[in-house]
Amino acid sequence: MKVEQISVFLENRPGTLAEVTRILGEAGINIRALSLADTKDFGILRLIVNDKEKTKDILSRRGFTVRKTEVVAVSVPDRPGGLAEILQGLAESNVNVEYLYAFVQHSGKDAIIIFRFDETDRAIQVLSEKKVKILKGEELYAL
Amino acid sequence: MIWDEEFETLPREALEALQLKRLIATAERVYTNVPFYRKKFDEAGIRPSDIKSLKDLRRLPFTMKSDLRDHYPFGLFAVPMEQVVRIHASSGTTGKPTVVGYTRRDINTWAELMARSLAAAGTQKNDIIHNAYGYGLFTGGLGVHYGAEKLGASVIPISGGNSKRQILIMQDFGSTVLTCTPSYALALAETAQEMGLDIRKMKLRVGIFGAEPWSEKMRDEIEKKLGIQAIDIYGLSEVIGPGVSIECLEAKRGLHIFEDHFIPEIIDPVTGEVLPYGTNGELVFTTLTKEAFPLIRYRTRDISVLYPEPCRCGRTHVRMERVSGRSDDMLIIRGVNVFPSQIESVLMNIEGVEPHYLLIVDRQGALDTLEVQVEVNEKVFSDEIKNLQTLSRKIEKDIKDLLGVSAAVKLVAPKSLQRSEGKAQRVIDKRKI
Repeated sequence: MKVEQISVFLENRPGTLAEVTRILGEAGINIRALSLADTKDFGILRLIVNDKEKTKDILSRRGFTVRKTEVVAVSVPDRPGGLAEILQGLAESNVNVEYLYAFVQHSGKDAIIIFRFDETDRAIQVLSEKKVKILKGEELYAL
Repeated sequence: MIWDEEFETLPREALEALQLKRLIATAERVYTNVPFYRKKFDEAGIRPSDIKSLKDLRRLPFTMKSDLRDHYPFGLFAVPMEQVVRIHASSGTTGKPTVVGYTRRDINTWAELMARSLAAAGTQKNDIIHNAYGYGLFTGGLGVHYGAEKLGASVIPISGGNSKRQILIMQDFGSTVLTCTPSYALALAETAQEMGLDIRKMKLRVGIFGAEPWSEKMRDEIEKKLGIQAIDIYGLSEVIGPGVSIECLEAKRGLHIFEDHFIPEIIDPVTGEVLPYGTNGELVFTTLTKEAFPLIRYRTRDISVLYPEPCRCGRTHVRMERVSGRSDDMLIIRGVNVFPSQIESVLMNIEGVEPHYLLIVDRQGALDTLEVQVEVNEKVFSDEIKNLQTLSRKIEKDIKDLLGVSAAVKLVAPKSLQRSEGKAQRVIDKRKI
């Protein structure tokens, strides 16, 4: 039920993000979703890609600091209040969200939210109990 | 292994008698042949014939690096140029370079000392020495080279640079001994990794590293990453080049100073007072056998400690502790003395952090600022910002606790900091005072 995300350390200066995306583009890697968190000095690029092993390998070789992180991808009905219901359920069970980012599928029917939790396994259990639709890695990579 | 059993294990009494004899001869040579020394001796009211015991050494005047610059290029040579067969010079980061000369006998002495050094590190005739010290005006390359040939080992004069080719040659030629700066050893390990090769599986057995300050933690890292024994060697071109002192493989604790050729002292860098064994201070050397460029009480600016306890290797020569900093590298930040090596030791004590760092000192208004750039590698990288911020704050706190100055840590991408093939630049001081 977990999805592997690739995280990349980026210095906060012009061109670093362009370089990562260019390297991935040249290697034929397709980015499914991404988010960029930034501070004054550095940023962290989080990526869901169609080939995570190749992505990690190719970026490491090019000198980037890269790691894989476990996240959970949830399909949320694209209507007002959809996300609120899910977050409410998690809060009641005392599960903490470290960060999240969202994107809408081509069909536009559902939104997909990528969550990073402090306790991934318990979060999955809570979400399952609430009948929330959790996407498998293969489903997400192949979107 | 001991290369020169007789002189390296000479009983202290005989060694000191030899030192006195050679000290008097050196004092006479410089007094007769070098106007600078004659003037300094006369000002101090001492003549070579006044030297009756080794204690009289402290009556002789110090020689400073500025004295060498003032007599640029050949003003302190004690022999006519027709007897000089080699000239070296140290990089002049401030002003003119420091120039040193060697007679044929000096070159032979130096080769002997380097053969002793290589042997102390466990090098033998059948070793293949991968000499990645720079060849040229810098004494590192040729110093190791002549010592290796004297010892009878096979030397690869690869010099510095072109790290990929270094790795290929190391692999194909089966190099067993690596000689270079410690930071370049780590750079080579990284290059091998990038090339998909395991340097630990190569034939490399020992590394002899010097020419820049390093630490015990860095030794551990080099030994682990390269799968070798790492030995510290010390020297400076003014005194002779590499081969002034070296650790023995048996103890790896302190560097034996070849006392039949040099007399070391430790002084208080402010008062010039000679300090007892076991006390931290500035290293001072007097050469005993050099012909072209003898030195009397040369102030190295290197900070160390001498200890005389006998060593298990059998050498009777005094040991110096690994140089812990330079009095010229010392930064004064908001009135606090800071040695870059102290910052390095803070970083090395934090799990996963590598010793690649850059200090940027600046001044905002009337206040000095210190920025410490640290590389983020895969061991410490977390994709949660708060974890990286916790790491930055831990480093800042440890620096504050150890040094008493506030620093701002900036995390930077791996390998964005310079991996020098010579001496690494660790400090940028932007203050305009």
